[in-house]
Amino acid sequence: MIAIIDYGLGNLRSVKYALDRLGVASELTDQAGPLESADAVILPGVGAFGEAMENLRRLKLVEPIRAVARQKPFLGICLGMQLLFTTSSEHGLHLGLDIVPGEVVRFAEGLTVPHMGWNQVEQAAKSPLFEGVADGAYFYFAHSYFCRPTEPSAAIGVTEYGGKYASTVQSGSVFGTQYHPEKSGPVGLAMLANFCRLGRKT
Amino acid sequence: MLAKRIIPCLDVKNGRVVKGRSFVNLQDAGDPVQAGKLYSEAGADELVFLDITATLDARQTVRELAAAVGRAVFIPYTIGGGIRELDDIKALLQAGAEKISINSAAVTNKDLIRQGAEAFGNQAVVVAIDAKKSGDHWEVYINAGTKPTGLDAIAWAQEVERIGAGEILLTSIDADGHKSGYDMTLTAKVADAVGIPVIASGGAGGPEDICRVLTEGKADAALAASIFHYGQYSIAQVKEYLHQHGVPVRV
Repeated sequence: MIAIIDYGLGNLRSVKYALDRLGVASELTDQAGPLESADAVILPGVGAFGEAMENLRRLKLVEPIRAVARQKPFLGICLGMQLLFTTSSEHGLHLGLDIVPGEVVRFAEGLTVPHMGWNQVEQAAKSPLFEGVADGAYFYFAHSYFCRPTEPSAAIGVTEYGGKYASTVQSGSVFGTQYHPEKSGPVGLAMLANFCRLGRKT
Repeated sequence: MLAKRIIPCLDVKNGRVVKGRSFVNLQDAGDPVQAGKLYSEAGADELVFLDITATLDARQTVRELAAAVGRAVFIPYTIGGGIRELDDIKALLQAGAEKISINSAAVTNKDLIRQGAEAFGNQAVVVAIDAKKSGDHWEVYINAGTKPTGLDAIAWAQEVERIGAGEILLTSIDADGHKSGYDMTLTAKVADAVGIPVIASGGAGGPEDICRVLTEGKADAALAASIFHYGQYSIAQVKEYLHQHGVPVRV
């Protein structure tokens, strides 16, 4: 069972649809219990960083998330990836979950923002997430802020947009994708399947 | 490298796709889910479903459509048409749509743009602008291109960006349906005036028109309907042409 954290923002359903397509059992939850019993956890999300953290605090999910991220495969998608970091400067300075050390910052002036559409992910390290995924494969992105991990080796995948930035991170069994694998066609579904398989191994 | 996007647009009425001769190979040519899947497998980068149902009970049908597409199509899709309030936006995004597109309501209730962007992020809010040439400028029209607003299209594009739009879907009313190319001047002017992505729409007659609007026209994406629906060109043919002309595409 994969738990998908529902914290009251945006498009969570599409992650569930993708897992349904893969034949992987999943449930949307806003409670700590299912996170603890799940094989793996996905933190999806679109929307604003500050509001997302506020919702997670209100639902008393911050500590449970930090605990399960140490125990089992955990995937943050888009805003869900950004929330893994220490701080974000989206509309003021906000504290994140601080599971992956680093900051979330806005793209430089002069670029078209949001960074929207299909862009390539260059694989900087081997990862179970990339199994069967071609180096340089296209994924769907839609974001205005990006993650800067303190530890450069956390960036296992990078993408070029006004310079290279970390579009895929891994720290132990915690993963983050700035793109939406659930909206990235067959290659995205393959990546989600890779992640779900990790859950079954634990 | 960020690819330029090719976006087929499907008109939907009462939950059914209207027009589409190339769908003859589908069991049910009017099924938006089957049509969406077909385009997704054919290499479309995104889909736009435009609800043109004029009835009041359209709301529920379009929400069901959003969910049905979401269960079957794993590329981003935008739903537009008839969105009036924040609840409409919320329902469509929660059903699985990546973005929603607001047109008339953006003009009559600007605050809807802000509300949508604050609640769901500006990447989820597309503002559709239908523009018609009037002397030396372009005027914004609403209500399916029937009602002039007095707004200047370029100034309006800048304003919606400031309020919270994450993308502009720009249709030239003059070029629409003529298949003789996009309005290059309008598209380039709007793209230069804003810092958010611009989807060009109206006038695609073939791959060369799409190529021009993505280069000279400075658009980030090109929307087309009839050239794909009637099987004149496949998405693969268009992308091959773009690739040959040095335009980055996802293949």
